[in-house]
Amino acid sequence: MKLSISIAKTHLLSRPKQTLVAMLGVTFGIGMFIAMVSLMTGLNNFTEELTMTSSPDIHIYNDIAEGRPTLLSVVYPDALQVVHHQKPKQETLKVRHALQLATLLRNDTRVSGVAPTLSSQVFYNYGPVQLNGMIAGVDILEEDKLFNLRAKMKAGRIEDLKAHAEGIIMGIGLARKLQVHHGDRVVITTPQGYTMTLKIVGIFQMGIGTVDNIRSYANISTVQTILQQDPSYITDINVKLKDLHQAKQLAPEFQRLSGYKAEDWETANATFLTGSIIRNILTYSVSFTLLVVAGFGIYNILNMTIHNKMKDIAILKAMGFAGKDVKQIFMIQSLVIGFVGSLAGLLIGYTLSLIISKVPFNGGDFIALDHLPVNFNPRYYFIGIVFGVATTAVAGYLPSRKASKLDPIEILRG
Amino acid sequence: MDHVLRTHKITKYFYDPEKFQVLKEIDLVVNKGEFLSLVGKSGCGKSTLLYVLSTMDTDYEGELEISGQRLTGKNQNALARFRNEHIGFVFQFHYLLPEFTALQNVMIPAQKLGRYTRSEIEERAYEKLKMLGMHEHALKPSAKLSGGQQQRVAIARGIINDPDIIMGDEPTGNLDSYNTGLVFEIFQELTHTYHQTIIAVTHDEAFAHKSDRIVEMSDGRIVHPGGVLLPKMQT
Ligand SMILES: Nc1ncnc2c1ncn2[C@@H]1O[C@H](COP(=O)(O)OP(=O)(O)OP(=O)(O)O)[C@@H](O)[C@H]1O
Ligand SMILES: [Mg+2]
Repeated sequence: MKLSISIAKTHLLSRPKQTLVAMLGVTFGIGMFIAMVSLMTGLNNFTEELTMTSSPDIHIYNDIAEGRPTLLSVVYPDALQVVHHQKPKQETLKVRHALQLATLLRNDTRVSGVAPTLSSQVFYNYGPVQLNGMIAGVDILEEDKLFNLRAKMKAGRIEDLKAHAEGIIMGIGLARKLQVHHGDRVVITTPQGYTMTLKIVGIFQMGIGTVDNIRSYANISTVQTILQQDPSYITDINVKLKDLHQAKQLAPEFQRLSGYKAEDWETANATFLTGSIIRNILTYSVSFTLLVVAGFGIYNILNMTIHNKMKDIAILKAMGFAGKDVKQIFMIQSLVIGFVGSLAGLLIGYTLSLIISKVPFNGGDFIALDHLPVNFNPRYYFIGIVFGVATTAVAGYLPSRKASKLDPIEILRG
Repeated sequence: MDHVLRTHKITKYFYDPEKFQVLKEIDLVVNKGEFLSLVGKSGCGKSTLLYVLSTMDTDYEGELEISGQRLTGKNQNALARFRNEHIGFVFQFHYLLPEFTALQNVMIPAQKLGRYTRSEIEERAYEKLKMLGMHEHALKPSAKLSGGQQQRVAIARGIINDPDIIMGDEPTGNLDSYNTGLVFEIFQELTHTYHQTIIAVTHDEAFAHKSDRIVEMSDGRIVHPGGVLLPKMQT
């Protein structure tokens, strides 16, 4: 073994250029893999986190689209019924017995938080500016448990909303468009025409345009007042689970329990998550292609080496090296190329990731992002080196086996 | 006298391009300390026989025994180990490993055998090189040596493990008369002083006639076993 290593080393060092080229192939493949996977998983984690912060694990609401059977068809299930020009019923979005339901859910051991809310479309008026948006009536402390609002406050404190019955916490994009500041008063108008003046006690930033540009929070009672509804009027129940990966499983159970639509976060954010999957597929297929190319390079170079070293191989065999010893000599060479090349690749990948993470990037209005999110998880570095060494092992195996099978007589005969 | 090598009815065919019997029932006994020349017309099967004797060619019928071990039917790994320990080679083209120094080339078979420590091996390799008058060139890359010098290094490499037998296929075939003489003297010294057994295929009549025994082949048979009577083999 020691002798094989020393022969392999001499072979590698005696043609430094070839060795370097073979190593660079691996380095390039692994470097690109690390850089791509770091950026892609960084983006995936970022978007996943965003969707997590903006959507509850399970959202229970009154889905009006859920068709209700007519009374006739209930009474006479087999009868033929014809209804012309059927119009939708005037229905309220109310979730009945919402507060009882919330208590029930809170007692479930799998649930870590429940926040009943109600929301409505409103117009925000400040001076001549009028903007369309949403207002959510919440128990702000419950809401904080679900979405960690406290960390997203840019001005004011969430407790201020509890203290001010007529307070409002506004999304940063909305505030910017209205050109209002902490402490200003805005007038809101409901589609039904009800108007109310509210004081801005805080400004938050979720990081997603679709939330920050339209949403604001007020107390439940405030929103019930502007909607002219009674204090039991609740339109949504947001649920946070202890294990968010149970959401898909639990949603149907909660739907049965409540009698209302229960939607899990995965379903609600299907488009975001498909994006992640596509990015992952892309990353792995590009890296795999690069490594296959590097593998062919190694295969080629090793084949060439073995071709040039046929006489040496024959003489080694004559002197008593068995086939496996010869195989070992060439496998060591390809593994050294693979290992050193991969290590250099990790270094290059890390440097690239570092550079990418430092490049300023404007996420625009849609997402609050000033640098590209890059993931420095050591797991990918581990995968990278395993991947690199495995590729070279496979690429080196065939030529090495060929060398081990070489018949020395053919060559020594001269 | 002890015999080192013995064959019994070694027969070999080549099948490409057509079936052709290249060795015909070769019976050969080589005694210890014998300097044997194998001669014969070109194409009569000398090299083919030598490669069978060297254990590198296993595709034959009959039996081969070296140093009391029956080698016919052994697997390749066992044969490789056997060659490493018991057989030294010297070829027409010197076949030194070009990236290594003369000394390293001589050391490799001993390192493979692993009987001695590295420093012992180095010492022994120096000793062998000195015996061949090559110790001054020990640290030169082998590619920088002349043909005759390379052949002497190759001989040192062939004897580093104190083999029972040295085999050479035209070991002087590529050398001028001065170096041929030198190699011959070395072989003679090895046999007479160190009781080394040598089998050399050669085309050089003078070389053959100075050796201890000439075995002549013709058309795949041994036609002159060279004076020594063949004892009957018990099988
Ligand atoms: N691999 C092979 N396949 C088929 N025939 C072969 C092969 N090798 C050798 N031969 C044939 O076998 C015969 C003996 O060859 P061999 O090399 O043993 O001759 P040789 O006595 O060493 O000749 P020379 O003195 O020219 O080296 C020749 O006729 C040759 O053509
Ligand atoms: Mg020949």
